[in-house]
Amino acid sequence: MRGAAKIFLMMLAVGGQMAHGDSVVVGAKKFTESVILAEMAAQVMRKEGLPAEVRELGGTRTLWQALKRGDIDLYPEYTGTLLQEMFAGVPQAAGSLAGLQPLLAAQGIRVSMPLGFDNRYALGMLEARAAGLGIAEVSDLLAHPGLRYGFSNEFMDRADGWPGLRRHYGLAPKRVTGLDHDLAYRGLAAGTIDVIDTYATDAEIQHYQVRVLRDDRRYFPSYEAVFVYRSDLASRAPAVLRGLERLVGKIATADMMAMNARVKLQGVEEQRVAADFLAERLALQAEVRERTVASRLWQHTQEHLFLVAISLSSAILVAVPLGILAARRARFGHGILAAVGVVQTIPSLALLVFMIPLLGIGAGPAIVALFLYSLLPIVRNTYTGLRGITPAVKESAEALGMTPGAQLRLVELPMALPAILAGVKTSAVINVGTATLGALIGAGGYGQPILTGIRLDDTGLILMGAVPAAGLALLAQGLFELLERWLVPRGLRHGRDAVR
Amino acid sequence: MLELRDINKRFAGATVLRDISLTVAEGSTTVLIGPSGCGKSTLIRIVNGLILADSGTVGFMGQEVDRSTAPALRRRMGYVIQEGGLFPHLTAHGNVVLMARHLGWPSERISRRVDELVELTRFPGDGLKRYPAQLSGGQRQRVALMRALMLDPELLLLDEPLGALDPLIRYELQMDLRNVFQSLQKTVVMVTHDLAEAAHFADQVVLLRDGGIEQQGGMRTLLEAPVTPFVERFVNAQRSLLSGIG
Repeated sequence: MRGAAKIFLMMLAVGGQMAHGDSVVVGAKKFTESVILAEMAAQVMRKEGLPAEVRELGGTRTLWQALKRGDIDLYPEYTGTLLQEMFAGVPQAAGSLAGLQPLLAAQGIRVSMPLGFDNRYALGMLEARAAGLGIAEVSDLLAHPGLRYGFSNEFMDRADGWPGLRRHYGLAPKRVTGLDHDLAYRGLAAGTIDVIDTYATDAEIQHYQVRVLRDDRRYFPSYEAVFVYRSDLASRAPAVLRGLERLVGKIATADMMAMNARVKLQGVEEQRVAADFLAERLALQAEVRERTVASRLWQHTQEHLFLVAISLSSAILVAVPLGILAARRARFGHGILAAVGVVQTIPSLALLVFMIPLLGIGAGPAIVALFLYSLLPIVRNTYTGLRGITPAVKESAEALGMTPGAQLRLVELPMALPAILAGVKTSAVINVGTATLGALIGAGGYGQPILTGIRLDDTGLILMGAVPAAGLALLAQGLFELLERWLVPRGLRHGRDAVR
Repeated sequence: MLELRDINKRFAGATVLRDISLTVAEGSTTVLIGPSGCGKSTLIRIVNGLILADSGTVGFMGQEVDRSTAPALRRRMGYVIQEGGLFPHLTAHGNVVLMARHLGWPSERISRRVDELVELTRFPGDGLKRYPAQLSGGQRQRVALMRALMLDPELLLLDEPLGALDPLIRYELQMDLRNVFQSLQKTVVMVTHDLAEAAHFADQVVLLRDGGIEQQGGMRTLLEAPVTPFVERFVNAQRSLLSGIG
């Protein structure tokens, strides 16, 4: 048991190191603009002679935690997000970047000068529809309460989104629905909704010919793009700051919109778009390491197998003894089964996010989460398998003069083996599927192309993750069935192979 | 060779055995008999320590059977129960040799011993590679007997070993068992509720009632000089069934 724990911790350490070597790690949120900016920063760093890599992670909170822990060194952020979301209830922030600086400094974090564009919220309508109704600014909407509003779920919930906007302007529309931001434009074009929330740099604004309504009563706060970075970079890698300097004030709203459009609408890779911008505007010839589909697939496969293999094997090492303990000691057993059962009820996404403050980002926390998920089926099946052995058989083993250990090894475990293997098989299949969520906290694997595919609305990319993930699940199932044939004694088999 | 002294046992507040004292001589066959629930199965389990008495002692070959000595002493007491309790994941052979292998017997010694047992119990040799589920009830009990005899124990404990068999096979096994006992000169303690079976095997009969010994002695004494009305009724109940036919 202790040996198993030691191996498990060693694996975690290895996983952690994989996440963070000597290089500068640039974080990116899971949306196109953030990834382009992060790529741009990484390429500038490499020009400064620093090895740099980009890590796509989940949302703002994930990146913030990762930055504070030092799992990443910097990431692109918006002033509005910091002020309205991260420090909304803090009076000292005083609603300004200057007020925020000391608060961030206290946490060991600094903010760069603005990069140039302001990606604030706005409301948008199709140009033709807006012109037809004579709507140019938000106040004009008051005269048309019958319009159908479709807002992104985030905008619906945020204090600086719809709730505040509605109060500020006194809007009282009949119908407001929440939906995915990417779907909103399609709804607009299809005519199922009239008004949506937009970001100033949305690639789709031009593509769908959307009129951005003027914020005539000055409600929306500004969302200037900046980089947030760890204070220790100044001494650890001063070249990072020199690199960031070069980007300050260089990216206009139209530039950003055009870059977003190249990625989202023309399917160009983010690093290529970032490199082109650097070459055209800053005369920086960055090298782009474009990779073949096969090499990316191979990398995702390795990452995925790493997550599954370590979490599943440690789960087996822990869960089988737990199941044995549960079967031997009735009261303790109920406690164990209840505890692993509770773990199973935590939504996988939530469990992954809970891991971040404890273990940071990367393979380590993902493995711990997957490990916890894999426990229940194995513990329960070990317990059930052992409890299902008839008293006559157990008594016979005892009466032969076997010690409790020999009874377990020679009689009880072999008899419970079919149940235990079935539990491991269930765990393996669940594990392979759940591991795709690991990409949300930077663990890589088949989840990476799935998440990028969702972001870019690229079905091919989604399938590049989903198909191998499904294949791996089937493979795991098949392997364990083979193992069953090989390990389970003929006397215990049922069905076709059953003894007659 | 076996000495029980003042054994008492309660389960969940109910007395199962009270003040049982019993001596079993080497090479003899003692049959525990009595109606269901009289405590005879509990008593035989107290002998090999599967159940520990609340008070009283079990002496076996000069050693006391308790929690710490039981595992080693059990290897010197063969044990067979009604349904055999064979391990379903092992073949008949695997069941018989499991303990010897576990104790590190050399393989030629194991195979020699198995040959002896097959002959002794008249078990069909090709049945050894079958799994318990592939054997008949009578064959399973022969395997259980071989398993119990494998380590050549001094004492054989049998808890209704023939109880689940149909009459013909049961009769055949009764004959074979008695031959085995006689040829091996083993000390045997056997539980049954069948008076005829007791008469067939017993040197000494112990009649139990409600956890206490009602009468003990030779079968003939029990039949001809019952000490209590209960013994008389118990004996007559089974005898009248038989005579009713004749």
